[in-house]
Amino acid sequence: MPLAWYSPQPERQEIMNEAFFDKKEYKPLDRVDGRLKVTGAAKYSAEYPLPNMAFAVLVGSRIAKGTIKSIDSKAAERAPGVLAVISHLNAIKVPGYQPKGEHPSEPSTNGQPLRVFFDNKIVSNDQPIVAVVATSLEKAQFGASLVKIQYTKEQHKTDLEANAGDAKLAASAKKNPKSPTADYERGQKDAFESAPVKFEAEYVLPTEVHNPMELQSIIAHWEADNKLTVYDKVQGTKMTQKNFAKEWNIPEENVKCIATFVGGAFGNGLHNWPHETAAIIAAKQVKRPVKLVLTREQMFTMVGYRPRTWQKIQVGATKEGKLVAINHQSIGQTSSYEEFTESTLMQTRMMYASPSVSTRYRILPLNLATPIWMRGPGEATGAFALESAMDEVAHAIGMDPIDFRLANYTESDPDKNMPWSTKYMRECYEEGKKRIGWENRKLKPGEVRDGEWLVGYGMGTGTFGANRNSATVHAELDKEGNLVMHCAITDIGPGTGTAMVQIASNTTGIPTDKITFHLGNSEFPNAGLQGGSSTVNSVGPAVLAACNALKEQLITMAAAKGNSAFTSAKPDDLMFDKSELQLAGKSAKTTLADLFKQNNIEKIETTNESKPDENRNKYSMNAFSMHFAMVHVHPFTGQVRVKKIVCCADAGTIVSPKTAESQMIGGATGGIGMALTEDAVMDHRFGRYVTKDLGDYHVPVHADVPDIDVYFVNKPDLLADPVGSKGLGEIAIIGVAPAIANAVFNATGKRVRELPITPDKLI
Amino acid sequence: MIQFQYERASTAQAAVNALTNNSNAKIIAGGTNLVDLMKRNVMAPNKLIDINALPLREIRQQDGKISIGAMALNSQVADDKLIMEKHPLLSQALNAGASAQIRNMASVGGNIMQRTRCHYFYDTALPCNKREPGSGCGALEGMNRMHAVFGTSEQCIAVHPSDMCIALVALDATVLVAGPKGERRIPFEEFHRLPGNQPEKDNTLQNNEMILSVEIPDNAFSKNSHYMKIRDRASYAFALVSVAAALNIDGKVIKEARLAMGGVAHKPWRLKEAEKALVGKPATEETFRQAAEIAMQGAKAYKHNAFKLKLGPNVIVEALKNAAGLV
Repeated sequence: MPLAWYSPQPERQEIMNEAFFDKKEYKPLDRVDGRLKVTGAAKYSAEYPLPNMAFAVLVGSRIAKGTIKSIDSKAAERAPGVLAVISHLNAIKVPGYQPKGEHPSEPSTNGQPLRVFFDNKIVSNDQPIVAVVATSLEKAQFGASLVKIQYTKEQHKTDLEANAGDAKLAASAKKNPKSPTADYERGQKDAFESAPVKFEAEYVLPTEVHNPMELQSIIAHWEADNKLTVYDKVQGTKMTQKNFAKEWNIPEENVKCIATFVGGAFGNGLHNWPHETAAIIAAKQVKRPVKLVLTREQMFTMVGYRPRTWQKIQVGATKEGKLVAINHQSIGQTSSYEEFTESTLMQTRMMYASPSVSTRYRILPLNLATPIWMRGPGEATGAFALESAMDEVAHAIGMDPIDFRLANYTESDPDKNMPWSTKYMRECYEEGKKRIGWENRKLKPGEVRDGEWLVGYGMGTGTFGANRNSATVHAELDKEGNLVMHCAITDIGPGTGTAMVQIASNTTGIPTDKITFHLGNSEFPNAGLQGGSSTVNSVGPAVLAACNALKEQLITMAAAKGNSAFTSAKPDDLMFDKSELQLAGKSAKTTLADLFKQNNIEKIETTNESKPDENRNKYSMNAFSMHFAMVHVHPFTGQVRVKKIVCCADAGTIVSPKTAESQMIGGATGGIGMALTEDAVMDHRFGRYVTKDLGDYHVPVHADVPDIDVYFVNKPDLLADPVGSKGLGEIAIIGVAPAIANAVFNATGKRVRELPITPDKLI
Repeated sequence: MIQFQYERASTAQAAVNALTNNSNAKIIAGGTNLVDLMKRNVMAPNKLIDINALPLREIRQQDGKISIGAMALNSQVADDKLIMEKHPLLSQALNAGASAQIRNMASVGGNIMQRTRCHYFYDTALPCNKREPGSGCGALEGMNRMHAVFGTSEQCIAVHPSDMCIALVALDATVLVAGPKGERRIPFEEFHRLPGNQPEKDNTLQNNEMILSVEIPDNAFSKNSHYMKIRDRASYAFALVSVAAALNIDGKVIKEARLAMGGVAHKPWRLKEAEKALVGKPATEETFRQAAEIAMQGAKAYKHNAFKLKLGPNVIVEALKNAAGLV
């Protein structure tokens, strides 16, 4: 058997751990911006009180496909306070809109973003087609209620299952046969057919909507004819700057994007959306700053969603529990104008030691708005099918699902044929089992009871690439020892500022309360998006580099002033102890104040970039998670109560234990929603959602969420990046839904393959 | 939202007069439902009459009954000592509804007057006979998982959304209303109506009448009652099915029974035949199962709500078991 990828390299890992561990220990720290957030002092996008502000309200289409026949805006225009009623009929020409149906921005969703107010075409229901701009929000809302629109309807398609036959290979797969979206084969093509144990099932994940607490909002302000500032709820300030510079054909430096605080996003800020351009057009047209805040209902139709996805999986195994083959196919929905894709099938390729694997990823363009990555994007969708199927196969062969997984554990990446940079899933299995009380689980479903309630245990695993992008940090140290850093990265809630302050403090010895990390502004040094669990892995190393550069400057300064102990010192040797600079192992020290005085300077500063290195070509780098659930299910009423969740994560170094734990709790909560409650229901006769507010679209409430116990392996991966972190945001949710679904099966013997698991499916 | 006039009523009579003078006026109390409906352009009264200043918040024991003022807050009633002692079923039902924040705003009168949460009623781009008579029922052939299985018509299959009202109908409550000709009492069971050919009418209150209070006659159910609500999440969701069960058990035999369901009809659904089947029988699961079967007679499912035919009787049995102390 070609099992070249079974090549553990324990020596290398052990050396790394030892070297790092002795030196640094990250301690739990309260969020550096926590007080600002809970007192309301933190300013979100819609909270900048610019003078002369106007307010825009969007009117959405009431059909899913067709054209606008007419817009009667007379009454709206006459309404008190209304400044403009903007549509394709009168919108100023956006210089970047290309005549041949092109939009200048290049979203990672292939295709062309919707050009708002460009023509009379309707491509999805609730597509923004009119903006009413007025002197107050209420006046704009009233004006919007007076706009009368006539349509010419065309037959629309919004139903994934009904149109599955039209699913197609993504353009990215055609371009690059190694793309995660391309067809994939390993091993023997028909291995499944001849497997001693054959299992096959279909799984459906409904459309889910990000629904962060903060509504998407923007204030667009033309400070001059060719100078634009946006206070915008986005996950990338640089992305936004670039996109709007292109769209308005102005120099990048003339566009400023401010996103100091973002009230949750979960992925829906990874794209610049039509409402943003609508506000910018409106601001240009009324010559005032324009504020536009989406309604909760518009959050379902204008800023992306997790696409409804159908999956079919075949698992072949031996009776002893060795995988023989996995065939996994999926169809996810996208819009008619952008090809949204995600890595739904990647976990299937690399999580288990199956000699034969095939994947088929397809997308289905429908008359819907474009989806966008939602936390643990495709991986969470794929893991629902894969990890449910693993549980089903284990049950079929009478094996404990953990033993089954361990029997198929991979010591290197079977997809990329590379060693893992690090992988500590065995630790997760052991710890998770202990914490959830796995010994109380019975192999046979429906055997454990607590009063009337059935008790079940389940688990699921998850993985996500330890992504890293280049990032740059500017750092400044003054004579009082205050360290101030700047970076364009956003913080959508995980506690980026806190994590960066902790990295800087650990690197320098400067206390955390003397360190400030400014973020969320496109004028700050470059960073990518806050997405794909990449922030600590990308920006963390830049913080590290900047801190080391400052230390080098200090060493050079000290050495130049004749302090001989410093002549051969390296940044690693130098640490702050209050205001003193200390050299490891030497009594030589000096104070910052003296050093700055001797050199006659007020401060030192540095700008440092950190980039992914060539290790990325030699190792497969992934974060791993494992979620365990204990549930109660009422046999007669079908209610599911999640009683306990244990989250185990192999995410490398945990630089901010407190916010990291919070992130895992948030991810598990999202996973409860995915498993039990969230469902954007559409009436396909109209192509319109019917559950589109927080009353009908059920995110978990406190009463749905039990104690969530978090365990971090907390071993650094220094091959991935110098901080040793592998990312956390995505693995926090990947594998939670199947863990709960598997626990429900263990409790009841009922297998639910279409989420969410609502009471009606269990009675 | 459209522009509207706003007026504070200083007496109930003044409020009734204002309603009489303007058929497009509406009373506003907590506003937890009406304001939502106005924001979505589902309701567009041109005048709001605010009755928050009226002295209608009192909960008091009268001869043989408890009277609850129309302006008593949902949270106030749920936590009221008298209510918790005499009618724990009502307290439970109130606490099963909405969220703590909404219960702190919502009044008893407003709870009774709240409108269906049918998706089609709320979206002005979709057909709904209740919102726009003659436009059709969107739910009939649409997404009707949440919808009614009893007393529906081709015009409307929406359900009444309240939890409180399910307990009140079970407890034989009466609604005291004021109108231009004085006061009248409406038995709770007759307050809400079935959709028939006029789904736009939720209830039998006249346009120029307002609720003053709700009266609950004293009873012997306080020891053995239970409100059970099954929903899509543990809190803050409307009922798939809910059941208010109240028993008066003498030894082991049921002397009296009250049973009502929520989430199944256009009105709080009292189950009188099932009650009869309980009386005189031992309080056992077997008895409850038989009553539940009777309760579901005449139920009719639509495309997505057939589960209610199975869930309904199960919840009746579970609620009765809880009421009887069998769980």
